[in-house]
Amino acid sequence: MNYEAVIGLEVHAQLLTKSKIFCGCSAHFGQQPNSATCPVCLGLPGALPVLNKRAVDFALKMILAVGGRVGKQSVFARKNYFYPDLPKGYQISQYDKPIGVGGAISFIDGGIAKSINLTRIHLEEDAGKSLHPENASQGYTRVDVNRCGTPLIEIVSEPDIRTPHEAFLYLHALKQIVEYLGICDGNMEEGSLRCDANVSIRPIGETTLGTKTEVKNLNSIRGVERAITYEIGRQIAVVSSGGKVVQQTLLYNDADGKCYPMRSKEESHDYRYFPDPDLVTLCIDDFWIAEVAASQPELPIARRERFVSNYGIPAYDAEVLTTTLQLADYFEAVVEHCGDAKLASNWIMTEVLARLKDQQIDISEFAITPTRLGELIGKIKAKAITGKIAKDLFELMLSDSRDLDVIISEKGLAPVTDSGDLKKLIDKIIADHPDEVARYREGKTKLFAFFVGQLMKATQGKADPETAGALLKARLDE
Amino acid sequence: MESALELRRRIAAGEISLDSYYEALLSECESAKARFNCLTAITNQLAMATVERLKTNMKNDRPKGRLFGLPVVVKDNICLRDYPTTCASKILENFVPPYDATVIGRLIAEDAVIIAKANMDEFAMGSSNENSAFGPVLNPHDITRIPGGSSGGSAVAVAAGLTPMALGSDTGGSVRQPAAHCGVVGLKPTYGAVSRYGLVAYASSLDQIGPLACDVESAALLYSVIAGHDERDSTSAEISICDYPAEMQKSVKGLRIGLPREYFGDGLDGEIRTSIEAMIAQMKFEGAEFVDVSLPHTEYAIATYYIIADAEASSNLARYDGVKYGLRAKNDDLLSMYTNTRHEGFGAEVKRRIMLGTYVLSAGYYDAYYQKAMNVRSILKREFADVYKVVDVLLTPTTPTTAFKIGEKSNDPLEMYLSDIYTVSANLAGVPAMSVPIGRDGKNLPIGLQLTAKHFDEAVLFRVGKAVERLAK
Ligand SMILES: [Zn+2]
Repeated sequence: MNYEAVIGLEVHAQLLTKSKIFCGCSAHFGQQPNSATCPVCLGLPGALPVLNKRAVDFALKMILAVGGRVGKQSVFARKNYFYPDLPKGYQISQYDKPIGVGGAISFIDGGIAKSINLTRIHLEEDAGKSLHPENASQGYTRVDVNRCGTPLIEIVSEPDIRTPHEAFLYLHALKQIVEYLGICDGNMEEGSLRCDANVSIRPIGETTLGTKTEVKNLNSIRGVERAITYEIGRQIAVVSSGGKVVQQTLLYNDADGKCYPMRSKEESHDYRYFPDPDLVTLCIDDFWIAEVAASQPELPIARRERFVSNYGIPAYDAEVLTTTLQLADYFEAVVEHCGDAKLASNWIMTEVLARLKDQQIDISEFAITPTRLGELIGKIKAKAITGKIAKDLFELMLSDSRDLDVIISEKGLAPVTDSGDLKKLIDKIIADHPDEVARYREGKTKLFAFFVGQLMKATQGKADPETAGALLKARLDE
Repeated sequence: MESALELRRRIAAGEISLDSYYEALLSECESAKARFNCLTAITNQLAMATVERLKTNMKNDRPKGRLFGLPVVVKDNICLRDYPTTCASKILENFVPPYDATVIGRLIAEDAVIIAKANMDEFAMGSSNENSAFGPVLNPHDITRIPGGSSGGSAVAVAAGLTPMALGSDTGGSVRQPAAHCGVVGLKPTYGAVSRYGLVAYASSLDQIGPLACDVESAALLYSVIAGHDERDSTSAEISICDYPAEMQKSVKGLRIGLPREYFGDGLDGEIRTSIEAMIAQMKFEGAEFVDVSLPHTEYAIATYYIIADAEASSNLARYDGVKYGLRAKNDDLLSMYTNTRHEGFGAEVKRRIMLGTYVLSAGYYDAYYQKAMNVRSILKREFADVYKVVDVLLTPTTPTTAFKIGEKSNDPLEMYLSDIYTVSANLAGVPAMSVPIGRDGKNLPIGLQLTAKHFDEAVLFRVGKAVERLAK
């Protein structure tokens, strides 16, 4: 029998607000544990939460970006459970009246445009961190409360995802959106973007849902794809051998690529949600929505389309260049400095991205600024260097931040354009290769490339290709 | 006890020496603490430091605050920096808050002298003050009887003459009921009128800090100091504080006063009924108009109250887990840390309410209990709103009986819960209500009369309360 998977993702994104969601503490805490705290986020008796309006702005940005509907009267609810890193014994979240309902996230899968519907987006506070001793029998678990009260949005998808790769693309697109909006740094490894996956299988053609499992501890987008792949395989194996999938929570282990059941005691929660009486209904009027809408930046899809139509670069290039906000900004900055989108695109797509991959760094950490890359391209266009030499210069620029003209003159990279010098070299090449000259003149014109190669070799690539080609052709055709 | 205004005048004029007044008062506190168990702590150092500051201000002719030199006792569920805030619970016995409640800041800004923290029912859960981890508070009118709860210590501090004014908190009658039993004035302000920041939560949607005082004027003075918007409490309202002294000059002539029939049924003590009827007759004579009204859902108020209050309490008290502050009992692992700490730290009534509250919020029961209670609460609110279209104020008894004997109801929680029958509705509806003493019963125990007004109309309570107080003399 053939099965299909039914996958829904719950993503938590930590918002980049200056202060926490319900108190004035900094949300960008340093290393010192329990330093960014106050009576409110410590859950001291008598302290009360006050909603940070910036967190609402950020949630609204996301809701508008995915075409969701704003809940104009949304309610904060308490999610009650005991855990040492949850100081109040409850988490302030949203339950039946979230700030955002519906919307969708779109992506392209193998050339086909797909769209995954969202159930809801809601605001909540983060819990603290429990730091467990390496060996459970030794020492205490310590609690760092700094993260308590950091604002989060939870983005819950409908179970519309069918393959692990779709889950990968969905997350990639989601991460792209939050980064473009500037509301979350999108770092899954550091936990500022977190994902849980609900996975079930059913025979193809079946419409009712199978029993689902929830997979947690997914620390990278690739990890999500791998974990879901494993879990689908596991469920199919269980069902195929006559067994039944048990509803449970699993923890993914990236080291062996497998999912392991959580102890059942930890998952049998009744959270006893009820409206938080310390907070009033969050009322969002059209004016507030309009204000946020007016401040929305250009989103990935729109930017991709603009790159194609404004710069005339291929759709594929536009997609690559808009992968991250920083890369797209880098590209546009280069274009601004050199005025040639196609060259800029080519240089970034090939040279720059290759270096980033080699060095395993982000564009923001790249040694060559867009201004300097723009200058380099400008030099090519102005024939101040040849295309081949430009690559050498690019290599030098990775570790040499001096003025380009200084590097060019110091390293003798200026092109040989003097036709007298070139003619002498051409004469020498013709004298050294009588056989080839004869065959060329008999009609083997393909040998022209050989002579160009010889000339470039003789000039160490510094011959201006146009001048050199013309002189060479004129001399051979004599 | 002389009124707060008169005492302030005499202190500010230098007729009373701050030093000798407070020296005597603090030792009186010691003796009252021993006799009635009404105080959990006497804040000697803070009081004396404040006195020094006030003396300097006087010497330098600096402006004097509205509570200049006046002693105030504060219920022990209101955070006072650097002093234990115990909520009369073992679990918080050693908890010292690093911050002041908003109301404390306002008292200090008006030059009040905080002299003591008042005993109370543990976490404000109780109607008799027998639920304190530090022992019951005794009623100064008859020490075999309860003073009422949960602000029993604050009411006794006023009744015993330690202070003209004290702060209590009222979730279902916890200011008004002990005020009635101790023969003092007690006001539960409109929900949102006084900041809850720094008040240790029992039931957040019902809790309000309110004054207990020797007379209506003193209650109004203290209220006018503590009321007003606070950005640290999202549920606090923007309100304008009206001119209370002027309001209290007005007579009751022409006011329409409602008598809700549900508050005068079976179960109301005969002597209380008689003295309220006598008061009504006097007020009619002064030109007040009385109207029979009905609040039909009153019979569901107690059940509604205990479901909502306990639900919120079960969540509010989850933070006392032994992790961060307060008691941490001996334990072997995380679970036993939680269970041992909460087992040893909480008293029986607190545990009962946490259990009930957890139950009514549980999956499968939420709709039948919590949701239904919230629906009834909306209906009650509407009934109050409707009745205030017809009348200016409601007049009812505060309690069905006068102070009962210690131990009389402590084995029967349901009987105990019925002590709040006339007070809980105001909390559910969020409206302001005040208890004013109107006399004594045959056992010489104080009787309280309750006035209830519409949202943010404390002014009419002070106006009518002042008249009642005058007529009762
Ligand atoms: Zn904080």
